[in-house]
Amino acid sequence: MKFRVYRYDPESGQKPHMQDYDIETFRGMMLRDALKAIKAQDETFAFRHSCGEGVCGSDGVNVNGTNKLACVTPIADLKEPVEVRPFPGRPVIRDLVVDMTQFYEQYKAIEPWLKRKEPTPEQEILQSPADRDKLDGLYECIMCGCCSTFCPSFWWNPEKFLGPQALLSAWRFLADSRDQAKDERLDFLEGPYKLFRCHSIMNCVEVCPKGLNPTKAIGHIKELMLKKAV
Amino acid sequence: MSLNRRNFDALIIGAGGAGLNAAIQLANADLRVAVVSKVFPTRSHTVAAQGGVNAALANVLPDNWHWHMFDTVKGSDYLGDQDAIEFMCREAIPTVYELEHNGVPFSRLDNGKIYQRPFGGQSQNFGGDQAARTCAAADRTGHAILHTLYQQNLRAKTHFFDEFFALDLVRDAEGVVCGALVLEIETGEPLLIEAKCTLLATGGCGQVFRTTSNAHINTGDGMAMALRAGVPLMDMEFYQFHPTGIAGKGMLITEGVRGEGGYLLNGRGERFMERYAPKAKDLASRDVVARSIVTEVKEGRGAGPKGDHVLLKLDHLGESVIAKRLPGIRESARIFAGVDPVVEPIPVFPTAHYVMGGIPTDRFGRVVMPVGSGEEAMPGLYAAGECACASVHGANRLGGNSLLDILVFGRLAGKNIIDYVKDNPFHRDIDPSSLDYAVGRLKRWDQHGKGPSVHETREKLTRCMEDHAGVFRTEEIMAEGLEKMKEIRAEMPDVRLTDHSRVFNTARIEALELENLLDVGMALAASALYRQESRGAHSRPDYPKRDDVNWLKHTLYFLEGDRLDYKPVRTKPLTVESFPPKERVY
Repeated sequence: MKFRVYRYDPESGQKPHMQDYDIETFRGMMLRDALKAIKAQDETFAFRHSCGEGVCGSDGVNVNGTNKLACVTPIADLKEPVEVRPFPGRPVIRDLVVDMTQFYEQYKAIEPWLKRKEPTPEQEILQSPADRDKLDGLYECIMCGCCSTFCPSFWWNPEKFLGPQALLSAWRFLADSRDQAKDERLDFLEGPYKLFRCHSIMNCVEVCPKGLNPTKAIGHIKELMLKKAV
Repeated sequence: MSLNRRNFDALIIGAGGAGLNAAIQLANADLRVAVVSKVFPTRSHTVAAQGGVNAALANVLPDNWHWHMFDTVKGSDYLGDQDAIEFMCREAIPTVYELEHNGVPFSRLDNGKIYQRPFGGQSQNFGGDQAARTCAAADRTGHAILHTLYQQNLRAKTHFFDEFFALDLVRDAEGVVCGALVLEIETGEPLLIEAKCTLLATGGCGQVFRTTSNAHINTGDGMAMALRAGVPLMDMEFYQFHPTGIAGKGMLITEGVRGEGGYLLNGRGERFMERYAPKAKDLASRDVVARSIVTEVKEGRGAGPKGDHVLLKLDHLGESVIAKRLPGIRESARIFAGVDPVVEPIPVFPTAHYVMGGIPTDRFGRVVMPVGSGEEAMPGLYAAGECACASVHGANRLGGNSLLDILVFGRLAGKNIIDYVKDNPFHRDIDPSSLDYAVGRLKRWDQHGKGPSVHETREKLTRCMEDHAGVFRTEEIMAEGLEKMKEIRAEMPDVRLTDHSRVFNTARIEALELENLLDVGMALAASALYRQESRGAHSRPDYPKRDDVNWLKHTLYFLEGDRLDYKPVRTKPLTVESFPPKERVY
């Protein structure tokens, strides 16, 4: 199977270019397997990967124009030649490895930790199954970055717009019955950029490898803000 | 050579559950703590733990820590140290509550308490009815815990060195550990991190095997660093094969499937576990279930066109239970096995999963070295998590005790390091020559010329380990394996890289990982060959019985001269009566 892969090595003095590889395939082969096969042929090729089962979130790449997690992408579903590029909109360090600093900074900005005002009980903080269900579809985020780096609003304003991943995480804490900092979380999200640059383009929903829906989460935050304002 | 330097009160190498739970304690105590990780912290392999973490909360069925302790001692085939086990089972309860307070989204019972499911090897009342001791966040417990711990470290302002690869420990002239030489992957530049105390929390070494549930990063780095610093590795022959990896691929299917009521079938449609473990059946201990599966397949009762696996049936649980409790493995089964477990069984076979052995520590997380007839703590060095051996798992770990081990001993190591730093408040002078070895290891890969590649050498190594250190081991098979490992070691100086660049050179990282895999693989192969009995996960058809007279002792492997030594099992618990060895039936 033919692969065209983005290559860039800052030490080589060469401009970024696409390089072709021919890879022998097997039944059930995933894109990560193909990238590993390329690496076995040509050890100068760099990409991130680890768990190989879609939970660590290391191997997000752009494939045939869309963001995917390589280890859960069967090559049988891909059109040949398979074009593999780094995430769009992020500075490239080398080959498929991009600098994700901005993405992580936006995650940190929403203060993604449970906040409690009351003293903690001796046992667990109680939570009803119905309240716990509200976290499903939120806590599973693996921070691969497929969504935020495929979001036009994030491309245009990566410093000011939090992006779908951070906003999904913001809603994960707002939706948690145990969290006691709702007002401060909502206040932080005020203003024209952090949240409101989302124009419901829904690229995030389309590319999330875990089937999560940041657009919906953003909608919930907006509703809550409206309620608070009224 | 001028080196960039940073200094901290404490250095933690590894950002999984053990490292991050230690870091929180230290950062909360206002110590300057650095966490070095070769991947962004939430990519650490704790993220892949599925089924849950054991603690006798008694939320579902009656339970107490003492029963948990009995099950763990029995599960360990009596090789676990009972003081450490008592400590872990007692501490499990506050540790899990603390996680919950920190935000872990555990699944819930109707009364609002943490959901607990039955897991293998669990009993009420010292071997009675099945217990339900495993606290779960659906089947994504490790992910839920790791992300929460990372979040709490962000709050506590821990210093993270993301994508830095640890090369070697650094010691002063007296042998006190005073930090580590690390490599910034992005720039390819070495960095010396000085610390008053260092914690190794680098996780497992499953990549020594070809088929494994472990991630690409699980290359035993901390264990190999310890070996090179003269520390032995303990009980490395005890390597757990998880009964239910996806056949031919190795991805994990949690024991929680059987905990929720799923069961195994052979090619004839028989519930074969009834024959091997009449009482506990599919929820027998992992070593027992793994051996049963391999035996079924060897004796021609496997499933599939090649008869090379068995089937894990769970469709009878119904779609709603599967969606609620086991959504992650449904996704994995669909993607990697092409089956939807709601309608058809998952093809499974044992997969290399977890190393019971590791860097020997006492129950305070201090790394210990044999001295005379006793042992002494190595100053400035702690270890916790899968890379360490406390020893709470002995010859076989129970499901749900791994997350527990990393969290309890990570937390404890953190607390003890606070005291250590109080007693040792100054940085020590590093002998520059102590860096030579580590710098030399790095430089060695700049050599040009022809030679075997890292990739092909790694394949040779992992195939050797798979063929010669698997579920069933005989003298002949293991001796041949050890010889092959020695051949690979002899070839190592000829291995060459073709990529000598600096920036994000993953080939160089993989070369350094290969060196680690080789050291750890040797420890495993050598320790296995010389233990002439069957105990827990170490199963020898040529010595089918456990031999408490000669072998109720821990193995120690030293890198220098591939030397082996042994030390006694600590059978005396902290406050309760000892559990003497008994025949182990499920």
